[in-house]
Amino acid sequence: MNPRRRRLLQAIAMALPGAARGEAAYPGIGPGLAIAFPRDHGSHPDFRTEWWYVTGWTRDRQDRERGVQVTFFRSRPGVAEASASAFAPRELLFAHAAVADAAIGRLVHDQRAARAGLGLASAAQGGTDVRLDRWSFVGDGDGWRATIDAREFALDLRFRPTQAPMLQGERGLSRKGPRPEQASAYYSVPQLAIEGAISLRAEPHRVTGTAWFDHEWSSSYLAAEAAGWDWIGVNLDDGGALMAFRIRGRDGASRWTGGGLRDAAGAIRRFAPDEVTFVPGRIWRSPRTGIAYPVTFEVRMGELAIAIAPLMDDQELDARASVGTIYWEGAVRALAAERPLGRGYLELTGYGEPLRL
Amino acid sequence: MKPSADIAAAVMRGAFGANRGRTAIAILAIALGVALGFAIQTVNRTAIAEFSSGIATISGAADLVVRGPTDGFDESVYPAIARLDAVAVASPEVEVDARLPGRDEPLRVIGVDAFRAAGVTPALVGRGSDALDLLRPDRIHLSSAAHAWLGPGDVKEVTIQAGDRVVTFAVAGSVPASGNQRLGVVDIAAAQEAFGRLGRLSRIDVRLAPGADPDGAREAIAALLPAGTTVEPPARTADLAQRMTRAYRINLTVLSLIALFTGSLLVFSTQALSVVRRRTQLALLRTLGLSRSLLVRCLLVEGALIGTIGAGIGIAAGYALAAIFVDAFGTDLGAGYFRGEAPTLAVSLPDAVAFGLLGVAATLAGAWLPAREAASASPSAAIRAGDDARAFAQVGSPWPGLACLAAAAIVVALPPIGGLPVAGYAAIALILFGTLLLLPRFTRWLLMQVPRPRAPPAALALDSLRAAPGQAIVSLAAIVAAVSLAVSMAIMVASFRQSLAGWLDQVLPAELYVRAGSARDTGWLDPSEQRDLARLPGVRRVEFQRTARILLRGDDPPVTLLARDFDADADAERLPLVGDASRVKVGDSPPAWINESFADRYGAGPGARIALPLAGRARTFTVSGVWRDYARQTAAVVVRRDDYRRLTGDDRVGDAALWLEPGARVEAIRDAIETRFGADRLSLATAGEMRQISLSVFDRTFAVTYVLEAIAIVIGLVGLSASFGALALARRREFGVLRHLGMTRGGVAAMLGVEGFLASGAGLAIGLAVGAAISLILVRVVNRQSFGWSMDLHVPAGQLAVFCVALLATATLTALASARRATGGEPVLAVKDDW
Repeated sequence: MNPRRRRLLQAIAMALPGAARGEAAYPGIGPGLAIAFPRDHGSHPDFRTEWWYVTGWTRDRQDRERGVQVTFFRSRPGVAEASASAFAPRELLFAHAAVADAAIGRLVHDQRAARAGLGLASAAQGGTDVRLDRWSFVGDGDGWRATIDAREFALDLRFRPTQAPMLQGERGLSRKGPRPEQASAYYSVPQLAIEGAISLRAEPHRVTGTAWFDHEWSSSYLAAEAAGWDWIGVNLDDGGALMAFRIRGRDGASRWTGGGLRDAAGAIRRFAPDEVTFVPGRIWRSPRTGIAYPVTFEVRMGELAIAIAPLMDDQELDARASVGTIYWEGAVRALAAERPLGRGYLELTGYGEPLRL
Repeated sequence: MKPSADIAAAVMRGAFGANRGRTAIAILAIALGVALGFAIQTVNRTAIAEFSSGIATISGAADLVVRGPTDGFDESVYPAIARLDAVAVASPEVEVDARLPGRDEPLRVIGVDAFRAAGVTPALVGRGSDALDLLRPDRIHLSSAAHAWLGPGDVKEVTIQAGDRVVTFAVAGSVPASGNQRLGVVDIAAAQEAFGRLGRLSRIDVRLAPGADPDGAREAIAALLPAGTTVEPPARTADLAQRMTRAYRINLTVLSLIALFTGSLLVFSTQALSVVRRRTQLALLRTLGLSRSLLVRCLLVEGALIGTIGAGIGIAAGYALAAIFVDAFGTDLGAGYFRGEAPTLAVSLPDAVAFGLLGVAATLAGAWLPAREAASASPSAAIRAGDDARAFAQVGSPWPGLACLAAAAIVVALPPIGGLPVAGYAAIALILFGTLLLLPRFTRWLLMQVPRPRAPPAALALDSLRAAPGQAIVSLAAIVAAVSLAVSMAIMVASFRQSLAGWLDQVLPAELYVRAGSARDTGWLDPSEQRDLARLPGVRRVEFQRTARILLRGDDPPVTLLARDFDADADAERLPLVGDASRVKVGDSPPAWINESFADRYGAGPGARIALPLAGRARTFTVSGVWRDYARQTAAVVVRRDDYRRLTGDDRVGDAALWLEPGARVEAIRDAIETRFGADRLSLATAGEMRQISLSVFDRTFAVTYVLEAIAIVIGLVGLSASFGALALARRREFGVLRHLGMTRGGVAAMLGVEGFLASGAGLAIGLAVGAAISLILVRVVNRQSFGWSMDLHVPAGQLAVFCVALLATATLTALASARRATGGEPVLAVKDDW
């Protein structure tokens, strides 16, 4: 088949409604978005991608600090939509969990993956209730509870809100690129109070701490030209909350940025794309994968300049067995002019191969 | 080395040179036995290696495997198992033999949940350019063997017949599954939907949580399973397949041991004759100071040399034979158990050494008696000429021989041990040994029954045989063994073939047979298609059959369930029922007819109530009859299709038997079927073709047996002729004397001819009798216990008559030929030969 003819056929195929091709038709995130709770704590199964992300710093009774991360992903791959089988892979669920302990020197992490269905894996609508075999992240009237039973560790943590949810972007519509359809629905719940148990290598620890919850759903998150993103979410020591991200192109340059700051009083300041800059600092190379990550940053947001420094360098998470990617997700400290400002998490994706969602 | 040993060595070398022909035959016989044994062992080892790697791929790291019947089990079992604390990963599968239009053999297709399979059976997770292809419903990943089979060249898509639909899967990549397995992997949802298996699973591979108690986990899982679904460790599943071929394999190995035994007898006769011939020389060696024990050792070394050469050749030939067998017949030697590409031979050094040693041991056993005999002879008597006749003259006590025969009669009645007819084989060995021990008596008695002829040469021949049975038995032992082996095999194979032919007539009453698919196949006919088939012009009557496989006990092979249209009870009589066909009161449970394997394995007989798991529930049936089943060695049960449909709701069929209107042409119906169902959808065969195919499969299966039989006879004959030649040469002096007394050269030849005729006749008579007895054991005990097949005894009289005549003629001609050589010289020289 000659190239022109093939392009023509592809164009016709693209123009067809999704269902006719056996591929799904995904809704987009648009100006009509109106986030409401508790409905939007739950799943949005029509969208291509969704995640519930909780990251936090914990402190045990010996005052030892550890980072924790629990993530549940939902994906609608758009295949077998018409299948009558209970196994039809219309919806896939993935979960990652990790503990960052400087004494261990690297992330202790594990992952799960399954197709939704048969009562073994599900993401409920109407309220947060995501389950994957024995792992779960479930919301009740008073926050969330994560139950993780992994190879080297177990988590049983409650996350109690102390502040209202923080809608990111324009009332929760967070632009991820120059084109209007490159957007997601995105809200955070910062300053969550952690209480529970971390069992690490068969040693139980009672912990308390502060966490950050993100919930985001979208059908077109990353443009084809994008390679990945850098993201920070910081619980400021004074009760404020700060989020910033940038989408990187394949050349490493920023293609889009965004961010928001909510002070302790609840006043929100949003930053326009040209107001946010990520300046990479020190490079750390993973001894396992050979991937180089910038593990320190200077993030400038308007007149703010924040230094980001990791709890430890090796917080790489190899998730090839579930979502098929490798990323860096680590506990970090935020500093302003050498003074501690707060604690949070830094996420670096697409430093190995370009990320595909 | 002492000087006498030097001389001894020289004498031995001389003997080898002089007896080149006989020695070569003895070597050949040993080589044959070793080669066969080693070849069969190697083929078997290859099959096991092949099979184990297959199981390893399919079961991966599974600790337990849940298996169901052909139509699977309800998928709700899967989440229940997955939720058990003891279970780390449960990987559900839908497995079918996908029917490919236009191909006779199906492709094994497994539907997996790649997320779960990754944790238990990673070899079943496809690899390709796009990971999403693992989930797309129209994609398939192929093993390299499947790719090669579907090729040549790049395989873009695979088209599968599923009922009346054709489903096409695009090839998205490969499966790392082990080399020789033809395998395609698709998403489990796609498999359920495309192959009509919605809501059903075929198996679940389970990996247990670290530290979980396997027995406890197994019980917990078993408690969740419906009737007819089992949970076993995967190793036992491998065992099961192993066990299916074991009986067949052991039969062949026993045949090779019989070949080795014949070889041993040949060594015995060769060595015995060689010792007789060298009686004077050996006596001379003794007088020169060679000790008795050294002489025995020398003669044993001679035997061991024959054995070692034979074993060496045997190992090499065995390897070549194994390669040929595997190439020509597959790893199951043509029995049709396994399918796939030709694997690489798995050769084991210990096997080679073991069979080599067995060959040497057989030779030593054969050489032992002659060596003892030579050493025990008094040198002063033996050194004189004419003493030859005394060798082996003493006839031992009859009791050991009689004891052997009596033991055989007792042992033959014993049940199988571990599913194998060990007792049957033991009885055969005992009969052979007993006969050989009693051979001198039998022979003498037989010769006494022969009326004394008038012609002097014949009378002389009879006298000389009667007087010297010691020499006669030496050459007879091998021929008796070979004849009895050949006769027993001939009778057994003929009985089997005859019974099979009769059976085929009975089970193929219709004119035309149509097949949409077999048990696990994706080919079937739904009810509307069944109606269409029945309404085709020229079709008078149709009988449908649904085949399924069910599991009765966890560690047993699956039981074949045949649900068949029976219009009336009288139709059931078309089953080849055995035993008492009296009508059984069925009562309220539906009737079932079981095959002999079923009856043997589960101890059920007419009138018994049996529970068959149908659609996940145990259903009671009453056994209404036992039928003979040459189509399979595993258990099978026939039920009425009405009952099956009622109990399972399954109204599909795989097979149909068509009775045609008088005058209807098969070709016309073939065309009509093609028009309605498409060219590649159904396979058709007339009863005649089916019969032909079945018999040719039978013949192929027994090809190895035929080859063995032929070789045994040829060796026996060659051995016999060699013995006659040697005997005649040894008796040159006697012939010289006879010539001096006025007997013509022709007279001597006639005498030897009659001797040959009588001796081989005696051997033949004994061999026939023993062979008949052994064939009875083979038919009634060995086959029944190995394969669960009973058969009617059929003696191939014509074949045996031709065999007897040919053997007698050959033996007589051989004797005559050796007479010509022996009487060729001047009588004076022949007599002078002594001194």
